[in-house]
Amino acid sequence: MEHIVIIGNGIAGVTAARHIRKLSDKRITIISAESEYFFSRTALMYVYMGHMKFEHTQPYENWFWKKNRIDLITDYVTEVVHTDKKVLLRSGKEIAYDKLIIATGSKPNKFGWRGQDLKGVQGLYSKQDLEQLEANAPDKETCKRAVIVGGGLIGIEMAEMLRTRKIPVTFLVREDSFWNGVLPKGESQMINEHILEHHIDLRLGTNLEEIISDENGRARAVKIKETGEEIACDVVGLTAGVTPNIDFLKDSDIETGKGVKVNRYLETNIIDVYAIGDCAEQHEGIGQRRPIEAVWYTGRMMGETIAQTICGNKFAYQPGHWFNSAKFLDIEYQTYGWVFSERNMKDHEQHFHWRHSEENICITVAFHKETKLFLGINTFGIRMRHEIFDRWLSEERDVHHVMEYLKDANFDPEFYAQYEAEIVRKFNSDHGTTIQPKKKSWKRIFAAS
Amino acid sequence: MKTIQNIGIAIFLVGLGIFTALPVIGTFTLDRKDFEEIVAEKKFKSELFVSEMQKNVVGKEFNGMPDFSSTIDEAQSGVNKEHRKNKEWNKVVYPGSIDMAALLGKKSGSGFIVENKGLMWFLTFGLGILGALMFIVPQVVTLGKKGIKNDGIYHQSSTNRGWIAWLVFVFLIGFYLLLYFRPQYAVNWTYLVDPISESLSGKPAGHWFVYGFMYCVVMTVMAVRMYIKYRHNVYQMVRTTSVLFFQIVFAFLIPEIMVRLQMPYYDFKNAFPLDYDFFFSWNLKELTSSGGIGIFILVWGIVLTVVMVPVMVYFFGKRWYCSWVCGCGGLAETLGDPYRQHSSKSLFSWKVERWLVHGVLVFAIVMTGMTLYSFFTESGTVLGIKTSSVQNTYSLAIGSVFAGVIGTGFYPIFGNRVWCRFGCPLAAYLGFVQRFKSRFRITTNGGQCISCGNCSTYCEMGIDVRAYAQKGENIVRSSCVGCGVCSAVCPRGVLKLENGPEEGRINPTQVLLGNDVDLMELVNKK
Repeated sequence: MEHIVIIGNGIAGVTAARHIRKLSDKRITIISAESEYFFSRTALMYVYMGHMKFEHTQPYENWFWKKNRIDLITDYVTEVVHTDKKVLLRSGKEIAYDKLIIATGSKPNKFGWRGQDLKGVQGLYSKQDLEQLEANAPDKETCKRAVIVGGGLIGIEMAEMLRTRKIPVTFLVREDSFWNGVLPKGESQMINEHILEHHIDLRLGTNLEEIISDENGRARAVKIKETGEEIACDVVGLTAGVTPNIDFLKDSDIETGKGVKVNRYLETNIIDVYAIGDCAEQHEGIGQRRPIEAVWYTGRMMGETIAQTICGNKFAYQPGHWFNSAKFLDIEYQTYGWVFSERNMKDHEQHFHWRHSEENICITVAFHKETKLFLGINTFGIRMRHEIFDRWLSEERDVHHVMEYLKDANFDPEFYAQYEAEIVRKFNSDHGTTIQPKKKSWKRIFAAS
Repeated sequence: MKTIQNIGIAIFLVGLGIFTALPVIGTFTLDRKDFEEIVAEKKFKSELFVSEMQKNVVGKEFNGMPDFSSTIDEAQSGVNKEHRKNKEWNKVVYPGSIDMAALLGKKSGSGFIVENKGLMWFLTFGLGILGALMFIVPQVVTLGKKGIKNDGIYHQSSTNRGWIAWLVFVFLIGFYLLLYFRPQYAVNWTYLVDPISESLSGKPAGHWFVYGFMYCVVMTVMAVRMYIKYRHNVYQMVRTTSVLFFQIVFAFLIPEIMVRLQMPYYDFKNAFPLDYDFFFSWNLKELTSSGGIGIFILVWGIVLTVVMVPVMVYFFGKRWYCSWVCGCGGLAETLGDPYRQHSSKSLFSWKVERWLVHGVLVFAIVMTGMTLYSFFTESGTVLGIKTSSVQNTYSLAIGSVFAGVIGTGFYPIFGNRVWCRFGCPLAAYLGFVQRFKSRFRITTNGGQCISCGNCSTYCEMGIDVRAYAQKGENIVRSSCVGCGVCSAVCPRGVLKLENGPEEGRINPTQVLLGNDVDLMELVNKK
């Protein structure tokens, strides 16, 4: 029986295993040093915040793996010996494979700051990171202030986590507005305001100079490059993005760049070795995507794809229309299609922005200047229906169509206030159009599904 | 804020402490005149009992119900023993000694508690309400900006099965055991609400009136908590208001007012088979002998069960009842909300749940069949089984122990819908309709789930919502009561309660949205 070995039990590796089991009877082994059973990494923050216990982040009960004949090994892979088709483990054991899937994910970026390896300095990615944060910052007495370096999604999550334990947080963001490499101006501005509302000391346009040690080799302060100011703190969170976690492949013949280089079939340069998820790097980005996509959903999709290939239906990785979501403190964010920030905006890209006068609700719709082709939408504080936008993008609808049928796409709970009429009114007045929003129709919503 | 909250807790505990002490304190003196009235009214045939009582009880002052109750019990059981020995069956004194103590106790209360009903109400209910609100209302500020705030739930003893939760557990179990099985000890509580009862029904309060009043108070106070916690979520606000309205108006006020108008006591929203004794012969006799209103109630009860329930479930799912109307659901959604995360999501629990809840439904239907057979044929047995013993077993095991003691007492440990999930025959019936013929489902939003588990953790019915969401499948389950909290806690906006078209409601997915695998090609290659 063919033996499939998967390194890494994150969403990519586990999805691959589950789908291989759905499609075949192959022997499957998953190796992970991080945790015995699969858990949802994105939910780690809720464990610290006390919304859930760690076991709640595990989507499958512990008997699931045995029942589905997926062998789990808790160990660390030190080396891949592709010539003998085996992997070496830290415990000294060797595991032979017929096909190997590398799904080792990421690790937090460190940019060579002075003091970055001091005690009390940490990222937030793995289960071990969470345990470390629990030790470093159990309460506001032990951790009198935390400084977070890096203005992305993990950074704001970490700030939110610490604030639930009333720990004062200073948030150093290199850009002059939060996440404005990704978000258009209006949205980034709204999040800036929301961060301040949560009593987080947001410092925009600030870089870290160094982390200062106390006599025990523990971080005691950070120094800011621009002003030279020293901020006393007990914990420093480094959240300036992530890099593929592939150090163990350094001496193998597997071709790597930043990540493991793969083609559209997720194959590496070595036969029967594949890479998926955060650690995989496309030779060239697909569509407008980046070569490395450290996103939950893409990890899952690559897992689905590789399972097809391994089970004999060779499939290229074809991610459909881009989508993503996140939550900034209390504001939910969803995006469908492409909406670029001012920094990365295409020449033909035009934005329509609407923001509620009081609530933290806004949307930005991107469309083609001339053809009015709908390119994408960002929503904050409004939930939208994935299927509908996916369909409109496939059907290459124009922005007028989107506005007219926007009510079909609303996914907010029942009895919520609806803003489509107001949005369309603003669109009409901005663009001199006379679009009348159509009433929501179940028939249209479920037309294609 | 913290100070106000702490003072609130202290005040609440004082009120609760006095309330808890009441069953065992107070003085009881049975007046000769009162006793003679009761004897005349109840038509006791035993001279021996009357004389025993006059010798040992009447005119004497007892300190606390335990003393009073045990004296009556001694007198009564001695007398009954004597009568039984002499085969004087018609002289044996019914009701049982517990009800006798409750009956006589209600008339015998004397001293401070009875003379200061208003003050005592304030020292128990009043302080309880005031203290609880002083703890709850500052949450407007302490919870911070509106949004889902489950911060620290798993760090607190009260909501993480810590010692506080176990104390609440013991208190609730004790309260229900007393209410169902030792009602004579609730006599002092009835005095507190006598004025309210008299103003509504014109009669002094019994222990069930205490319970009904308390139920409304607890729900109202905890509804304030719901309003604050979910103030950004209109669905939760509307639902809480609805369930509170039906409890106060339909379950509490209307039945009491009906009694004042010489009508039968009836809760118009209580559908069979949850209202399991609706078809019991005493109820049918009472209804058929109460004239027009009795017949109306009879017809309404049948129409509610046979027509309203399936039609409404078809259009709105069973949530219209379980989360918007039902009293048990109402208590679960208000008092029980802080404990909702404790319902077990394991496959094992699901298996147990299906056997138990459907078992209770079958039991209820068989029992009702026997009851109706007995009613129309006027025979006490069906196939050699005594109908009354089946009824008594159900009343005790399901009506009292499961619905009351376990159903509510287990909130802090096993979550707030233990009864609804494992025991309620009506939920099982509604569930069948919901699963097979309804427009209701929880829709999942394409491929947006990150499997974080918030939805499953906070599902009070123990549904592993995530298992469906991460596959992009709509959630169509018999047990879902449509509380809407999975949707509220989802950080990615993946879940939404919908009453859409029936077609396509169940949608197994092969590959999730977002990955452009050609499904036709995939199917053909297989």
